[in-house]
Amino acid sequence: MRGLRDFLGRWSGGLVLLALWLALTLMTPRFLTPSNLLNVALQSSILAVVALGMTLTIISGGIDLSVGSVVAFTGALTAGLMVRNSWPVGGAILVGLAAGLAMGLLNGALVIYGRLVPFIATLSTMAIARGLTLVYTRGYPISGLPEAFTFLGTGDVLGIPMPVLVMMAVAAGISLLLNHTPWGLHLYAVGGGEDLAWLSGVRVKRIKGLVYGMSGLLAGLGGILLTARLWSAQPNVGIGLELEAIAASVLGGASLSGGYGSVRGTLVGALVMGTVGNGLNLLEVPSYHQQIIKGLIFILAVGLDQLLKTGPLSARSIPMRRRGAS
Amino acid sequence: MGEPLLRAEGISKAFPGVQALDRVTLEIFPGEIHGLVGENGAGKSTLIRILAGAIPRDAGRIFWQGQPVEIADPRHARRLGIAVIHQELSLLPNLTVAQNLLLGREPRTRWGLLDRRAMEQQAWRILHELGLDLDPQAPVGSLPFAQRQMLEIARALSENARLLIMDEPTSALSDREIHRLFELLRDLKARGVAVLFISHRLEEIFQIADRITILRDGHHIGTFPITEVTPSAVVRMMVGREMSEMFVKTATAGTEAILEVRDLTREGVFYGVSFEIRRGEIVGLAGLVGAGRTEVARALFGLDPVDRGEIRIEGKAVRIRSPLDAIRLGMALIPEDRKAQALFLSMALRSNITIAALPRIAPLGLLSGRRLDAASQPCIRHLDIRPPRPGIPVRHLSGGNQQKAVIARWLLLQPRILIMDEPTRGIDVAAKAEIHALMDRLAREGKAILMISSELPEILGISDRILVMREGRIVGELKREEATADRVLALAMGGLHARAA
Repeated sequence: MRGLRDFLGRWSGGLVLLALWLALTLMTPRFLTPSNLLNVALQSSILAVVALGMTLTIISGGIDLSVGSVVAFTGALTAGLMVRNSWPVGGAILVGLAAGLAMGLLNGALVIYGRLVPFIATLSTMAIARGLTLVYTRGYPISGLPEAFTFLGTGDVLGIPMPVLVMMAVAAGISLLLNHTPWGLHLYAVGGGEDLAWLSGVRVKRIKGLVYGMSGLLAGLGGILLTARLWSAQPNVGIGLELEAIAASVLGGASLSGGYGSVRGTLVGALVMGTVGNGLNLLEVPSYHQQIIKGLIFILAVGLDQLLKTGPLSARSIPMRRRGAS
Repeated sequence: MGEPLLRAEGISKAFPGVQALDRVTLEIFPGEIHGLVGENGAGKSTLIRILAGAIPRDAGRIFWQGQPVEIADPRHARRLGIAVIHQELSLLPNLTVAQNLLLGREPRTRWGLLDRRAMEQQAWRILHELGLDLDPQAPVGSLPFAQRQMLEIARALSENARLLIMDEPTSALSDREIHRLFELLRDLKARGVAVLFISHRLEEIFQIADRITILRDGHHIGTFPITEVTPSAVVRMMVGREMSEMFVKTATAGTEAILEVRDLTREGVFYGVSFEIRRGEIVGLAGLVGAGRTEVARALFGLDPVDRGEIRIEGKAVRIRSPLDAIRLGMALIPEDRKAQALFLSMALRSNITIAALPRIAPLGLLSGRRLDAASQPCIRHLDIRPPRPGIPVRHLSGGNQQKAVIARWLLLQPRILIMDEPTRGIDVAAKAEIHALMDRLAREGKAILMISSELPEILGISDRILVMREGRIVGELKREEATADRVLALAMGGLHARAA
C-alpha cells in the first residue's frame, strides 16, 4: 500500500497527463497531430519557465504568488524601453530580467528580514507589481516591437520554437542546480526542516533569499517570452498564472509543506496545464468556461497531493507528545 | 582516569516558579558510559539542554577537555564534539541516508558541483565502519526508527563527536534493537567516545553504564561507580524526599462504579486494561513516560480507536467513537499539554470557559459578551480564577489559572467522569495545592476522577487507589494505605530485582 502510494505520489502528474492525452485523442482527431503537439509544447513552455521558479520556492517550504504580476511588469518594462525609449533589444531584455530579479529579491528580503510569511510577502508584491505595470503602461498595451525581439516568442531554430528552446535550457540549468550542486541539496534540506538544516551548517537565509530571487528572475524571463509571443505587452497578462504554476509544481510531485519537488515533475505538470488549455480550445469550449475547468483541475491537483500523502481516512491529528517512533 | 572530557560545575537554572537545577556538577571521562537518572522533573532534560547549547544557564561553569567554554548554540556544541541524540531524531526525512550523513560538508568536484559518487562512497564507509547495513540511497523517511537512530549516531561520530548525549534512546526500541544499540555503544566506548545515557529503565543503566549520577528536584544527589550501588539504593535516592506538599483529603469513595473498563486493548499501544472508578473516587494512574497512560486516556475519550474491550458507564455498556460521544456520556478530558491541546490562548477567558457549552448558553445561536460573562462568572468565582476578569486573554493568565480555566470549561458541562492528564504539570506549588483541593471537592460532589500523574507525591497524596502501568499493561494496583513511593516506582520500572547487575 505504501509502495503504491509512493508510486502514485511520484507519478501522479504523469498518469494525469497520459489520461488527458488518451481522452483528447479519443474526443478529437485534431489533437494527436505533430503540429498540435508542437503547439502544446509552445503553450506549456512559458508556464514551465515560471513554474520552475515556483517549484524552487515550494521546495524551500514557501510560495511565490507574485509571479503573474512580475510577468506582466517585466514584459511591459522591456517592451516600453524598446518602443518608447528606443533601447536596443539586448539592453531592454537585460533590464527586464534585472527587474524580475529585483522583485524576487524583494520577496526574499520581506520573508527573511521582514519575517513575513511567504504567502503575505508575495501577495503584497503581487499587488505592487501589477500596480506598477498599470501605471507604466497607463492601462494600454505596448506594441510595435522590433522583430529581433518577437523572434524570441515566435521564431524557431531547426523547427523547434524559441520558447521551447529557452524552456529546455532553463530546465537543464535548474536540474543541474537541484541535483548536482551543494546548493540544491541544501535547498531540499531547508524545505525538509529549517532548524535541522541550520544545525548542519546550511545557510538557510541565503538559500531562501536566493530562491525568491530566482523565482522573480524566471518570471521576468517568462514575461519577456510572453510579450515576444504576443507581439505586444498587455497590462493584464499573467493574471492567475501563479495558480497555474502552483498547480504545475504540485501535479509534478512538489509538496506545499516543502522538501519535495523536481524539474521533471514540474515539466510534466506544465504539460498537463498546457494540454488542458489546448484541449479546451480544440473542443471549442468558450474561454469563460475554461476558467472553471482550470479551477477544477487545480482542486484535483492539490487534492490528489493531499490524498496521496495522507490517505483518504487519516486520523485527526490531535497533537500529542510523541515519544520515540515517528 | 585522567582529565575529564566534560566537567560542568555548579550549574543552576531557574524557570518561572521552579528551580530546575541547583548547583549541579557532572563529570564525564573519555570512554565512559555515564548513566543519568532521576524522576520526571528532576532536572535531567534541563541539564542536557544546557550542555547541548539549547538554553543558557543561570550560573556555573563548563569545561571541555580542560578548557572553559561558553556553549553558544546547538551548532557550537556540535562543533565542539557534543552530539545530542534526541527522541525526536534530527534527520531530514526527505533526504537520503547519504545526504543526511554528509549534509553541510558534501564532497565537491573540481567544478564545485556535488560529487555524488564520492558522497555515496563516504557514506558507505561511515556506515561500514560502524557495521551498519543501510543503503546510502534510501530515503530516510522510509527507515524504521531504530535504523534512523543508528544513522544519527553514525552522523554524530563522523562529525568527530567525542560525547554522545542520548535522551531515552531505548524507549522506542525492541529488545533486539536495544541489544544492537548496546553493542554499538560498547564499541564506541572502546574507541574513547563518552556517552551520557539518560534512561528511565534502571535495568538498562545497570547493564551498560560505568558510573551513574542521580538527580532529584534539581539537586545533584550523587555520582557512583555502578558496581558500588544497587538498583534499590538508586531508587531510594531518586525518591527520598520529604513529603513537603500537604494533601488534604476529605472525600471518601462511594461503592457504586461509575466507569468500568474491561480488557481494553489497542494493539501495539496497551493491552488488557481493566479497572473501575467509583462515585467520588480518585484513581491515580502511575507509570513512566511512555507506559501507555495517556494513550489509555485518549482511547477512553474516543480520540484513538481500540481493538478490543468494553466500557461501561453506570452499568451500561457504551461505545465511544469520538470525543463528542464521550462528552455526551458525561466524560471530560483535561489533557496533558493545556496550551496545545485545550486552550485558545488568544481568546478571552469567558470564551475559553464557555466554548464547549455554547449551544446551552445561546439557544438561538446568538451570543453576546454579556451572556458569556453571565455564564462564565460563576465558574470564575467557584474556581477562584485570578484575575477574575472574563475578558482577559488566557495567555495572560498564570499556568495554574489557565488550568483552572480548562477545568471550568468541563465543569460547565457537568461531567460524571473527569480524566485529568498531568493536572499540575508546570504549575507553581501554591496553585498545585489549589488544584488538588479542587479535585478533592469534585470527588466530594460525587464525580469519578482518573488522574494520570508522573509526580509521585501527587499520586500518593491524592489518590484513593493507584494503578501502575508499565509497557502498555496495568502491572499493579495499590490501595491508598499500602502505597509507598518505593513500591510504585518498583512496579513502574519493573524487573529491578530480577535483572539487577
